[in-house]
Amino acid sequence: MSETIEVTQRPAPEEQPGPATGSRRALGVLSDAFLRRREASILLVAIGLMIYFQLSKSNFLSKSNLINLGQATGPVAIVAVGIVLLLVAGEIDLSVGMVFALAPFLMHYAVDFYSVPVIPAILLSLLISAGIGFINGFIVVKLRVPSFVTTLGTFTALQGIVLLTSHAYPAQIPAAAEGKIRTWLGAGNWAELSWCLVIVAVFHIVLTRTRWGLHTVAVGGNLLGATEAGIKVSRIKIGNFMITSTLGAFAGIMEAFRVHTIDPNLGGGTQIPFTAISAAVIGGTALAGGSGTMIGALLGMFVLAELQNGFNLIGFNANAIYLITGIAILVSMIANQYLSRLRRAGRT
Amino acid sequence: MSEATAAGPGQPEPEVSTSDALRVEHVAKAFGGVTALRDVNLRLGRGEVLGLIGDNGAGKSTLIKTICGFHQPDSGRLFVEGEEVVLRSVDHARSIGIDCVYQDLALINELSVFHNMFLNREKVRWPLLNNRAMRKLARQHLDSMGLNIPDVNAEVAKLSGGQRQAIAVARSVYSDARILLLDEPLAAMGAKEGTQILDLIRDLKAGGKVSVIIIAHNYAQALDVCDRVNVLQHGRITFDKRRADTSVEELTELMVAEYRAGRAASRAAGGPAA
Repeated sequence: MSETIEVTQRPAPEEQPGPATGSRRALGVLSDAFLRRREASILLVAIGLMIYFQLSKSNFLSKSNLINLGQATGPVAIVAVGIVLLLVAGEIDLSVGMVFALAPFLMHYAVDFYSVPVIPAILLSLLISAGIGFINGFIVVKLRVPSFVTTLGTFTALQGIVLLTSHAYPAQIPAAAEGKIRTWLGAGNWAELSWCLVIVAVFHIVLTRTRWGLHTVAVGGNLLGATEAGIKVSRIKIGNFMITSTLGAFAGIMEAFRVHTIDPNLGGGTQIPFTAISAAVIGGTALAGGSGTMIGALLGMFVLAELQNGFNLIGFNANAIYLITGIAILVSMIANQYLSRLRRAGRT
Repeated sequence: MSEATAAGPGQPEPEVSTSDALRVEHVAKAFGGVTALRDVNLRLGRGEVLGLIGDNGAGKSTLIKTICGFHQPDSGRLFVEGEEVVLRSVDHARSIGIDCVYQDLALINELSVFHNMFLNREKVRWPLLNNRAMRKLARQHLDSMGLNIPDVNAEVAKLSGGQRQAIAVARSVYSDARILLLDEPLAAMGAKEGTQILDLIRDLKAGGKVSVIIIAHNYAQALDVCDRVNVLQHGRITFDKRRADTSVEELTELMVAEYRAGRAASRAAGGPAA
């Protein structure tokens, strides 16, 4: 009995007091891990869905379907990485959905109208997108407009730019980008997922192990306190807007390469930021700022991709995915609230 | 220079001494139309603990935030160890050795004790944080100050008010602050925790390297550790005595005198007491 208490300190409320059997003790350790690691519960959901869909439709885990899942997860999870940074810093960015559609056009204009080589054109497109992030951040931080409203405005303005410059017609991928560049930057079977994993890993380290991440948490957790400690709050916030925009642009370019056309409706507008925010929230990132996880967001996005893909496979009404996703967001929000209360009450 | 300036009635002119840790001369600060500091003169001796008391809205927090570089004064001058300084930012003030423990503590609830202690002066092994070094140094430092913080990895949100205050103070002392400003260090603290904080200030004083200004709303308890007491009223220092020459009663009388006078005046005018 005493060992049980030593391990879990205080029994979690859902555990019934009883004899300290081995399995009960293991359960205690497990539930402890779940309370500590926010990613654990969403990982369990991801695995559970995988088993369920594989049992009901045996081609769920086939190679071609795993490629589908990777392609559905990759680009939005990359956007979600930026969204997590912003949510942790206490901000949000809707305009990233339109940066996603604009960035491939910027590359296309540079290559086909100004004869810029493809790689520099991509970098130029990322740079301009970072500039859009800077404008978002500047308006939020210096002009003190809430980020929701700011980025709603830039979203619509960017939509206008995309439609005006493209005349609302899709364009072709520049010929010079065909082949290796296109394969490596999106069209390859695992390209999007691989980039996504690298980016998630890098920003996981940025968020948890670097000054930038620590200051992002500080800014979102206690803005006044962070300011008083001398943290350059504006730099942190604007920087994270720039990162988000750049990641959105990169994801958009890859997606354009993959679908093999540059479409004004790429990503479906608000679909991208909304899905990315959903993934972040399902993964355990708090909308209130101060806490969030990259790995959680990746798993959250994977779960959303699994739902969409799995329901398609078993012939479930595709429109029901919205209902399911909505419920998933609400349930995970409520669970988050409940778990964080447990975390706070239970342990010292 | 400053001796030539005529001090207003009841406005003690600070004694000028190069050995003062800090001297504030004729500092004024207004926010829009609201004057927070009218003409503040204040000195803090080396190794001294100065109690600064005053009512809500007297300008205490503005004065503190001016001294620590958060606000820039509209006029007036600051001297640190005899040399004039113009503080551009909190960072700048800190680099000179002025550090403030704010009333709201400036702690980040979501971060661990050791991350809070090193907030904005993290140990870095580029590009990563050197968590191991920070953990170790935080542990050593807290132990050397005799503070009871069992786990430096604990999230600050989970600590008691006294522990949080202790961490905030420890953080400033650790940064080699020569002038430490404590804004309401005893606010929201139990008797035992308050005593711990006062002991901590006594230890600092005994160390002799740090000069301290304590801002206290409820001064009865804080008075014990002070060498000298100043009272701030309506943006001016109106009272300056050594601790031994004053008492809680005198200070209380001073604080309520104005209220009584106002009440008497409004009675005389026939109106109800506001």
